[in-house]
Amino acid sequence: MSIATQDTAIRTGRVMRTLIYLVLLLFVLFYMLPLYVMVVNSVKPLEEITGGGMMNLPQVFTLEPWAKAWSSAQIGVEPTGLSPYFWNSIKMVVPAVAISTVLGALNGYVLTKWRFKYDTIVFGLILFACFIPFQIVLIPMAKMLGLMGLAGTTWGLVLVHVVYGVGFTTLYFRNYYAVFPTELIRAAQIDGAGFFQIFWRILLPSSGPIAVVSIIWQFTNIWNDFLFGASFAGADSQPMTVALNNLVQASHGVKEYNVHFAGAILAALPTLLVYIVAGRYFVRGLMAGSVKG
Amino acid sequence: MALSTNADFKTRLQSWLPKLVLSPSLALVLVFVYGFILFSVYLSFTDSRLLPSFGWVGWENYSKLWRLSHWEISLKNMGVFAALYIGICTMLGLGLAIFLDQKIRGEGMIRTIYLYPMALSFIVTGTAWKWFLDPGIGLENVIQSWGWTSFEFDWIKNRDYAIYTVVLAAVWQTSGFVMAMFLAGLRGIDNEILKAAQMDGASNWNLYRRIIIPQLRPAFLSAFVILSHLAIKTFDLVIALTGGGPGRATELPATFMYSYTFSRNQMGIGAASATIMLMTIAAIMIPYLYAELREKK
Repeated sequence: MSIATQDTAIRTGRVMRTLIYLVLLLFVLFYMLPLYVMVVNSVKPLEEITGGGMMNLPQVFTLEPWAKAWSSAQIGVEPTGLSPYFWNSIKMVVPAVAISTVLGALNGYVLTKWRFKYDTIVFGLILFACFIPFQIVLIPMAKMLGLMGLAGTTWGLVLVHVVYGVGFTTLYFRNYYAVFPTELIRAAQIDGAGFFQIFWRILLPSSGPIAVVSIIWQFTNIWNDFLFGASFAGADSQPMTVALNNLVQASHGVKEYNVHFAGAILAALPTLLVYIVAGRYFVRGLMAGSVKG
Repeated sequence: MALSTNADFKTRLQSWLPKLVLSPSLALVLVFVYGFILFSVYLSFTDSRLLPSFGWVGWENYSKLWRLSHWEISLKNMGVFAALYIGICTMLGLGLAIFLDQKIRGEGMIRTIYLYPMALSFIVTGTAWKWFLDPGIGLENVIQSWGWTSFEFDWIKNRDYAIYTVVLAAVWQTSGFVMAMFLAGLRGIDNEILKAAQMDGASNWNLYRRIIIPQLRPAFLSAFVILSHLAIKTFDLVIALTGGGPGRATELPATFMYSYTFSRNQMGIGAASATIMLMTIAAIMIPYLYAELREKK
């Protein structure tokens, strides 16, 4: 991952090393436990769970809970399963990630290569937006989305996620472009290259890694969001997280734990997949968002 | 003549272009963040109930808020939750980072496992732990079925202990991330100093206590800032895990704000509680961001 690989000079004895491995292993089990519980219980019949067998491997293997969670479980009042909400999330995430990343790249470019008076203050203002408790904007946002005719729509959610995500994407690109040699930019300017030409021809071709970081971070955050989805989504724009919560919290009928677990995995799968495929970049995004630069 | 004014226009456009490109984002943030903050703060001084209304009532919402036992419980829970969550995540993160830094075989694999919860939604985390901790089907039931029939573990249903289950799930989700932050810090420490101290016969314990941990100050600071702002924003996890219950045992300011604003139609009080949340986070984040941005350039 993005953690430098200089080994420590500390040396430890044999007993200590065994102890360290034991502790590390114990925590591997701790972190894997909920995933194990979700996976094994999503492929067994309900009686096996209610009969005290939550930790056991399935005696009868079945994909029924997955099928039910995906296409026929009761969500709210409709027996649609999670699939429509899965697509709602996709329709919201793709444009929101694309727009906020493009804006972040342009902002980062301006803030590092076209510096102006008070640019750090402008950046600070944009950055602080990521850290506010979103409760402070819920009421006016609901009103504003209504005024703009976007209440309860996917595009309304896209707007919300762009606004509160652009601080992070700007942060990533700003820190990345800050170490890009400014002389190259000046040389290109002297050769008559304009603002967008420089961005397009010189900076963009080497922006691959940070674009990946930004896309992964935004994808994970927006996919996992619950507060905005619960507050602003309408019946046909509810994202996956809200639907999963409705499924699990439903108070009527028998609690189908196996279906709940299958649903939880379905909701987790996209971000988990991204993490497994591109974990390196995910960690970089996390780190850049905290110990900046 | 026309040619030169045209060129003039072009150069002027070039000099304005950067600011022009930045302006949509800045405008969005100014309206949707700072404008909205002002609006919410203003609402906290009005008689808004179901809908925003503009009858000025001064500090009434705040004085009502501080007399509500519901708010008092939320704050107490926040205190317990934040202290334990920040404390345990930091200790655990540091401990695991130090252990992982001992040239461990399979380090990459272990790191990946420690960190994956960060990729999950709090709703997923909440669901998994909710059923795992449920006395009816989860841990208690499992251990009983293994033969220890008197085993009891009903924290999630117990008013006095439910808040600790929220701590458990939240620590599970973020401690791996804190570990990664400390590990990055450890990897940045200069080995020469350590070797010199080793020659002087310093024990490992003393190396960590006197040299290594003091050098991790920036990582401690970042961890504290990130964790405390996450703690104050905690919302989805409680909704999924306990729904704020049993009773009000796991209500936090974020869930308080949501229910007062959207289900109890007390928007003025909801806005007042949101304002207090914002002030708390601002008191932590603004000095941090100020220091970070100033020392960089």
